Amino acid sequence: MISHPKAQELTEAVGRWIDEIRPGLDPRNQFLARVAANALAAVTRELQLGEEAKAAAVQRLEPILGHGGTYEGLTWELCEKLRSGDFTADTPGLMPALRANVLDQLAIDQPGYRHETSLP
Amino acid sequence: MTLDGPIDVPAALSRLAVRLAGKGARATGAQRLTGGASMETWAFVVEGPPNSKGGGREELILRRRSAPFDPESSRSTSLAAEAALITAARARGAPAPPLVHLCDEADGLGEAHVTRRVAGETLGRRINSDARFDGVRGLLARQCGEVLARIHSADPPKAANLKFADAAVELDRYEEVYRASGAERPVLELAFRYLRDRRPAPRAPVLLHGDFRNGNLIIDPEKGLAAVLDWELSHIGDPAEDLGWICVNSWRFGHPERPVGGFGDYADLLAGYEAAGGDPIPLERLRFWQALGSLKWGVMCLTMYMSWASGAAASVERPMIGRRVSETEIDLVNILEAGL
Repeated sequence: MISHPKAQELTEAVGRWIDEIRPGLDPRNQFLARVAANALAAVTRELQLGEEAKAAAVQRLEPILGHGGTYEGLTWELCEKLRSGDFTADTPGLMPALRANVLDQLAIDQPGYRHETSLP
Repeated sequence: MTLDGPIDVPAALSRLAVRLAGKGARATGAQRLTGGASMETWAFVVEGPPNSKGGGREELILRRRSAPFDPESSRSTSLAAEAALITAARARGAPAPPLVHLCDEADGLGEAHVTRRVAGETLGRRINSDARFDGVRGLLARQCGEVLARIHSADPPKAANLKFADAAVELDRYEEVYRASGAERPVLELAFRYLRDRRPAPRAPVLLHGDFRNGNLIIDPEKGLAAVLDWELSHIGDPAEDLGWICVNSWRFGHPERPVGGFGDYADLLAGYEAAGGDPIPLERLRFWQALGSLKWGVMCLTMYMSWASGAAASVERPMIGRRVSETEIDLVNILEAGL
C-alpha cells in the first residue's frame, strides 16, 4: 500500500476534522459525530493492529485444532466444535486462547473498555 | 394504527395541554430528549390557565412510538401496556413516574402516554463517578433489590398481555437470531452451550421489568433511586433475570469492581431483595442471568449491525454498535473462567 498518505493517516485526518466541527452541531448530530469519530478511530486501529492480531489468532488456534489454516477457516471449525460440544470451557488451552483473541479484538474496537480483569 | 407522515409534536402537545389542564392552558418548552429507532421521548411543561390553583405548572414527559409496531413479533409491549405496568408497580410501592394520561386518537400523537417528570440523573457515567452522588451511591444496590422485590410481587396486569420467557426461551430466541446473522464468534458459541448446560431449575415465574439497569433508573442525589423507567421489555419469567441484568458489565460504566450497575455489591442487592419480601435468590442463579445478559447484549449488538447491513435502518450508530460485541465477549470469558 502507498505511504503518502497511508490509509490510517486519512482516517486520522477525517476523525480530527469531525472533532473540530462537532461543538457547532445540534445535540443529536453532536452525538452522531462522536460515534462517527469513534468509528474512524476503530478503523485506524484496525489498520495498525488488524493483520498482526489475525496472525496471532491463527497461531493460538492451530495447536488447539491440531492443524494449520486461515483465520476464517480455523474460526469456522472452532465454532462448529463449540456448537457440537466437542470443545468446552475445559478443553486444554481453549480459554487462554479465546481470552487473548478477544483482548486483541477489544484493543481495536474499544481499547478503553473496563472489565473485571482489566488493569485499573 | 397507521402513521401518516411526521406529526407536529409541539402543536399536538399544545392541544393536549388544554385537554389536561383546561381552556387557556398551554404547552411550553417542548424538547425531544431521545430518539431511539422506534420510540421518542419529549419533555414539556403544561402551564395551566391564569388563576388556576397552585400556579398550574407541571413538568411532564411524553413517550410516543414513531415507527410501526407489531405486538406479535416484537419483544416490546405497547405503550398502553407500559401505562398499566407503571400503575401496577406503583401500587406495590415501586417508584415509577406517575401516569398522567394515556393518549387516544383525539390527541393526534399516535401511540403515546404522558407521565410526570421525576427529577434526578439517568446517565450511568455521572451516577457512578460524579461527586454529587457520593452520598447515595452506597445505598443504591440495596434500594434496587428492594424495588425489584416490589415489582416482582405485583400481579401482571391482564391488559398488558405479557409474554412468558424463562432461560430456555431466551437461549432459543437469541441463538436463532445469532444463527440468522451468519456471524462466527467462538465465545458466543461457547456461551450458548455453557449456559444451556447450566440452566437453573425452574421457579415460580413473576412479573419482570425486563430492562432494569443503570441508565434506566432516575437517581436523586439526596434520596437515591427515585424512579424506574422504560417498562417496554417487561415480561413474565425468572426473578433472577432482573437482578442479573443490572450486573452485566456493559452497564457498569467504567466501574467493573462494583458489580451492581457499577455502584454496588451483589450482597447488598440480594439483601435488599430479601428484606423487601423477595424469595431468596442464590448468587449463582444471579450470575447465570448476568452471563446470559452479556450474551443477549452481544447478540443485540449484532442485530443492530444487521438492521443497518440489510438496509432496514440507515445510521452511523447502528453499524458501530456491532463493534461492541467484543466487550460482551471479554465479559463472558471473565465469567466463564471465574465460574458462576
